[in-house]
Amino acid sequence: MTVDNLYNWLMGFFPGITESPILLIIAILVPCLALFLFIALYALVAIYGELKVSSFMQDRVGPMGQGVGLHAGKWGLLQPVADALKLLTKEDLIPEKADKTLFIMAPFMIFIGAFIAFVAIPFGETLIIADLNIGIFYLLAVGSLAVIALILAGWSSNNKWSLYGGMRSAAQIISYEIPAGVSIVIVIMLTGTLNMQDIIKYQDGGLFNWLIFANPFTFIAFFIYFISGIAETNRTPFDIPEAESEIVGGFHTEYSGMRFAFFFLSEYANMFVVSGIASTGFLGGWQSPISGYFNTPSWGVFWMLSKIMFLVFVMMWFRWTFPRLRVDQLMNVCWKVFLPIGLLNIFGVGIWTLIFG
Amino acid sequence: MGVVHGQEMVLNIGPQHPSTHGVLRLQVKTDGEIISEIKPFIGYLHRCFEKHCENVTYEQVIPFTDRCDYLASMANNFGYVVAMEELMEIKVPERVEYIRVIMAELQRIASHLLALGTFGLDVGAFTPFLYMFRDRERILDMFEMTCGARLLYNYMWVGGLSHDLPIGFVESAFRFLDYFEPKIEEYNNILTYNKIFIERTADVGVMPADVAISYGVSGPNLRGSGVKWDIRKDEPYSIYDRFDFDVPVGIGEKGNLGDCWDRFNVRLTEMGESIKILRQALTQIPKNGDVHQTIPKKIRPPKGSIYKRTETPRGDLGFYIISDGSPIPNRLKMRSPAFTALSVLDEIGRGWMLSDVIAILGSLDIVLGEIDR
Repeated sequence: MTVDNLYNWLMGFFPGITESPILLIIAILVPCLALFLFIALYALVAIYGELKVSSFMQDRVGPMGQGVGLHAGKWGLLQPVADALKLLTKEDLIPEKADKTLFIMAPFMIFIGAFIAFVAIPFGETLIIADLNIGIFYLLAVGSLAVIALILAGWSSNNKWSLYGGMRSAAQIISYEIPAGVSIVIVIMLTGTLNMQDIIKYQDGGLFNWLIFANPFTFIAFFIYFISGIAETNRTPFDIPEAESEIVGGFHTEYSGMRFAFFFLSEYANMFVVSGIASTGFLGGWQSPISGYFNTPSWGVFWMLSKIMFLVFVMMWFRWTFPRLRVDQLMNVCWKVFLPIGLLNIFGVGIWTLIFG
Repeated sequence: MGVVHGQEMVLNIGPQHPSTHGVLRLQVKTDGEIISEIKPFIGYLHRCFEKHCENVTYEQVIPFTDRCDYLASMANNFGYVVAMEELMEIKVPERVEYIRVIMAELQRIASHLLALGTFGLDVGAFTPFLYMFRDRERILDMFEMTCGARLLYNYMWVGGLSHDLPIGFVESAFRFLDYFEPKIEEYNNILTYNKIFIERTADVGVMPADVAISYGVSGPNLRGSGVKWDIRKDEPYSIYDRFDFDVPVGIGEKGNLGDCWDRFNVRLTEMGESIKILRQALTQIPKNGDVHQTIPKKIRPPKGSIYKRTETPRGDLGFYIISDGSPIPNRLKMRSPAFTALSVLDEIGRGWMLSDVIAILGSLDIVLGEIDR
């Protein structure tokens, strides 16, 4: 959408070079750059949020700046900047026995997976980089790109702990794709479209028209999707691939500096993507909760971002509350609980639509 | 179709690993996630304390006992001075006995708080750890108030104490107890009865009572297996026979008797019992009296030997002292409860997953300073 608008605007501006692909490339690159800046900014906000959320839950104040001199700014607002600078300037270590090509490739691959998912997330009625007609399918597809990167990272580090992490993440992410996908199928069944914007437009008309409240089955589906999403982003209580007290960081044990920062960034970016899909599919995306009010495009951006940030906050809340599951328990939850319920949900939604729909 | 054989991999957990509670190396054989053998390697923190003790006077041994179990220094001081006083047949003033019990029980709460918090950390719960450190901090503040040190106190001396209680200590101890008692409920809510925590710890690392006894496991680990054995009750030393308190034992509430959850819960309940003892002791303590030792500065115990054990937060801490009549011990041997607890790890940890072994190790609550000495 944005790319098309920009392209048309540029074509009007430079009518002489319509034939050349250069305008199209510019029209694609500019939103991507903006997106990159947005992700970086969001990551800073999310890291600050994580610091503060964890502090308040743990009865401390977190980063605070006091008095004059070099400190983390008012309320520690500059702490994430300091963290980012530290990671950027840190020495870049590659273990001697590591598979260097794969080792270097892995952080970029995981970031690409997270980055290209942002392309299809609708921030507003017109604010979407690429309004794909198979948007939600595309998001599910690129979401599983992370697993390749994690296995690469685990394998190439040539470290037993990393190998454990890589293997655990492969098993976990692939398993949880299925309940997540099954829950998204319900959204597609009800809306009859794969297009992100059309899914949101279907949920027009206030809080109770959101898909989460459409019927009891979608209500369950939302939670299945969200919990599976947490598992896909390797967050507590499903952080077994990087379990710090067990396998010492797992796949990112050997990474430091900039490369580690990429893993870190992608984790937060993936949280955003999962929350984005959840709020698009079940929480009405950029629709206002009150029918007819606050429904202008700029309010739309506000609603979308606040829904996403709320879900991100819930993920942080989980992280600082729950212990970690064990590998086999994690698989039990997926295959013996979520998948059967998810499949029953599809059946239930079908019946419900037949009777009440 | 042939049978698929997994290849065993040898994995070193430690000595630099966040969950080994010090510098311990566990060499484990793993088949995928399953652990088939655990070999603990100790000695990374060995400082020859027992040998040192043979070269210093009896008074100078006390700082070494501090540094053995550095999370329960008061209890170690207590064990040593009780043994020495029995060897020398000294009777210490009432007030001293009460202050010692108060300090030892406060130390038990502090030590258990750290044990429970780090156990939570081992199974991935970060927040309870900080809650418990917040409360442990208040106990350390009180110790600092009393003797100036927060970790290694050198507070109890043979025949007396290094300092009397400061003004306002009893009141501040009561304030702490009033503050702390409801906190146990908070820990129960956030950790003990958390569904995921129960899943992770119940039925994991079951230590049957006969295994525990044959390995010489003691303290909360033994009581977690359902054996009601507490030196404070069964072989009362100092003035423990004056107080009314229970000895909590594991009952297998969430799984089999003697699992990680039971050991966790015994520690948690024991803190409540310590509060009971503290309340009684703080009420009964004589208001005045000299707490300094009345014996000569240079201690010369009579010829002979003594073995005396006391109940530290980790179990039976025994001191075997041989005296040849000189001011320097001829031989001093410590029986460390954490050492026996570590020795049972292979027996109860075999066949569990990597994550479980970390949880089992956490539930045994070992301190490497005491194992290596």
